[in-house]
Amino acid sequence: MSLMSATFFILAAITLVGACAAMMLRGLVHCALAVAIAFAGLGTLYLNLGAQFLGLAQLLVYVGAIAVLIVFVILLTRGGDSDSPPLSRAALPITGLLVAACIFAVLAWAVFHSFAVHSAVPLAAPATVRELGTVLMADYVLPLEVIGLMLTAALIGAAIIAMREKQATQ
Amino acid sequence: MLDQVFVLLKHWLLGYSPVVLQPAVSILLTILPILLVFPVLFALTTVLERKGLGRIQNRYGPNRVGFFGILQPMADAVKSLTKEDIVPASADHTVHFLAPLILLAVAFLPYAVLPIGRNMIAADLDAGVLFFFAIGAISELSVFMAGWSSRNKYSLLGAMRAVAQMISYEVPLLLSSVAVIMAAGSLSTVVIVEKQSGFSGIFPHWYVLTPWGFAGFILFMIAATAETNRSPFDLPEGESEIIAGYYIEYSGFKFALFFLGEYLGMFAISGLGITLFLGGWTAPLPFLTWVPSWIWFFAKLLGLIIGFIWVRGTLPRLRMDQLMNFAWKFMLPMALVVVVSAGAWRFLGQGVTRWLVSLVFIAVAYVLLARGVETRNRIAKRTYRFAE
Repeated sequence: MSLMSATFFILAAITLVGACAAMMLRGLVHCALAVAIAFAGLGTLYLNLGAQFLGLAQLLVYVGAIAVLIVFVILLTRGGDSDSPPLSRAALPITGLLVAACIFAVLAWAVFHSFAVHSAVPLAAPATVRELGTVLMADYVLPLEVIGLMLTAALIGAAIIAMREKQATQ
Repeated sequence: MLDQVFVLLKHWLLGYSPVVLQPAVSILLTILPILLVFPVLFALTTVLERKGLGRIQNRYGPNRVGFFGILQPMADAVKSLTKEDIVPASADHTVHFLAPLILLAVAFLPYAVLPIGRNMIAADLDAGVLFFFAIGAISELSVFMAGWSSRNKYSLLGAMRAVAQMISYEVPLLLSSVAVIMAAGSLSTVVIVEKQSGFSGIFPHWYVLTPWGFAGFILFMIAATAETNRSPFDLPEGESEIIAGYYIEYSGFKFALFFLGEYLGMFAISGLGITLFLGGWTAPLPFLTWVPSWIWFFAKLLGLIIGFIWVRGTLPRLRMDQLMNFAWKFMLPMALVVVVSAGAWRFLGQGVTRWLVSLVFIAVAYVLLARGVETRNRIAKRTYRFAE
C-alpha cells in the first residue's frame, strides 16, 4: 500500500508539473508538450488505480492523438514561435481563482457524496477489459451507437469542409 | 527443460538474493535480458542489412572489420561514441536533448508485453495489445520533438511527414489487429498465443492460415513498415529530398540512439505481428514442438527482418500522394473488410462455410479496391512541362 501511495505521489507531481508548465511556459509548442506530459501523467494515474483500459486509452487517445493534433494546429496556424505572454495578466488572478474554487467545490461535493467514501464494504476488483466490453455491448449499447453515429457524422463533416476549401482555391 | 532454461535460471538467481530485495531483483532480472538481447540483435541486423543490401545492389557491403565484416557494429559504435555531439546554436536545447531519450525509452517499453517464449513475458497485462499501441503512440510525439527542436526546415518537414504518415497508417494497423482480438476474444498477448497453439493435421492454428488472417497479416506488415519509417515508406527521412528528415541535426551518439530506437521499434512491431498472426512462440509443425519456444520466436523475428531488408532493397520510395491514397483508399477499407470477415469467421462455427464466406469477403473486396486504385491513377506517357 505504501508503494502504491508513493507511486501515486510521484505521478501526481508529474501531472501537476506538466499542467502548471502548460499554463506558464511562453512558447506554444512547449505548452503543447507540457500538456502531453500532464495527459501521460493522468493516464499512468489511472493505471496506478488498476483501471487498465481507461489508462491505456487515455495514453492512446490523448498523448497519441490530441497532443499531436494540438501541435499540428499550432504549426499550421501561427508558426508557434511567438514569444507573446499567453494571456493578458491583469484580469487573470481573480477570474482564475473564482473558476478554480468553483470546480474544486463541485469536485469535493461529488467526492464526499460518492458511494465509495460512505460504504464500509471493500470495493470490487477493477473491471477487466472483457467485463467493460460486455457492459458496453449489452447495457449501454444505445449510447455507444449514438456516439458512433455522432463521430461518423463529424468525420463526414470534416471531409466535406476540407473538400469545399480545395474547390474554392482552385 | 531447455524450453524453460531462462525461466529456471531466473528463479535460481532469485534464490541467492535476500528476501527483502526479491521483488526488485526479480524485476531487474526480467528487464536486463530485454535491454541486452535486443540491442545485440540490432547490431547483428545492421550488418545483415548492409550485407543484404550490398548483395541486392551487386556490391560487397562492409567487409573490412573482422571476418566478413562481422565486427562492423563495433566499429560503428566506437565511431559514434567518439564523434562530437553538435547541438545547433538556435536549437531548443532541452527538447533537442529529450527527444532521442524519449524515443529510446518508448522503443523499449513494448517488449514488456511480447511473449518471447513459454512463460517468458515481462508483464502479462490484461490489455497487452492496447498497451503496445498506447506506447507506440508516444513515439510520434518524440519524432515531432526531434524535428521541431532542431530548428531546421528539413527536419521540421521530415517530422511533419513522419507524424502524418504514422497517424494514417496507425488506423489499418489497429484495425487489422482488431480482427485477431475478435477471433481470440482477448487483448492479452499470452492468451492470443495460447489460442493459436495446437494443430489440425500438420497445420498449426495460426491466424495467418485463415483467409482473413492472411489478408490481415499482409495489411499489418505493410502498416508496420510505414509505422517504422522504413523503405518504401521512408519519406520522413528521404535522403535525396530532405537529407535525413527529423534527425538531420543529431550527431554522434544521439544519432546512434535514433538509429537504435528505429530498429527496436521495427523488432517490437514484428514481434507483435508474430504474436498476433504467426502463433507467437508456437512451433510451425507438430513434430517440431521439442525445439525450445524462444528459438521459434527469434527464428520468426529474423525471418520478418530479412523480409524487411528484402523489401527495402527492392521497392522504390513512394510519393506523398501515393502514400496517403494507399492508406486511406486501399488499406483502410480493406482492413474494415478484414474485421467483418473475422466476425463472420467467428460466428459461422466449424466447417467449410466459414472458409468460403471469409474467402469471398476478402477476394471481392481486394478485387474491387485494387481496381479502384488502378483506374484512379491512369497510366500514360509522361508529359514534361519544363524540360523536353
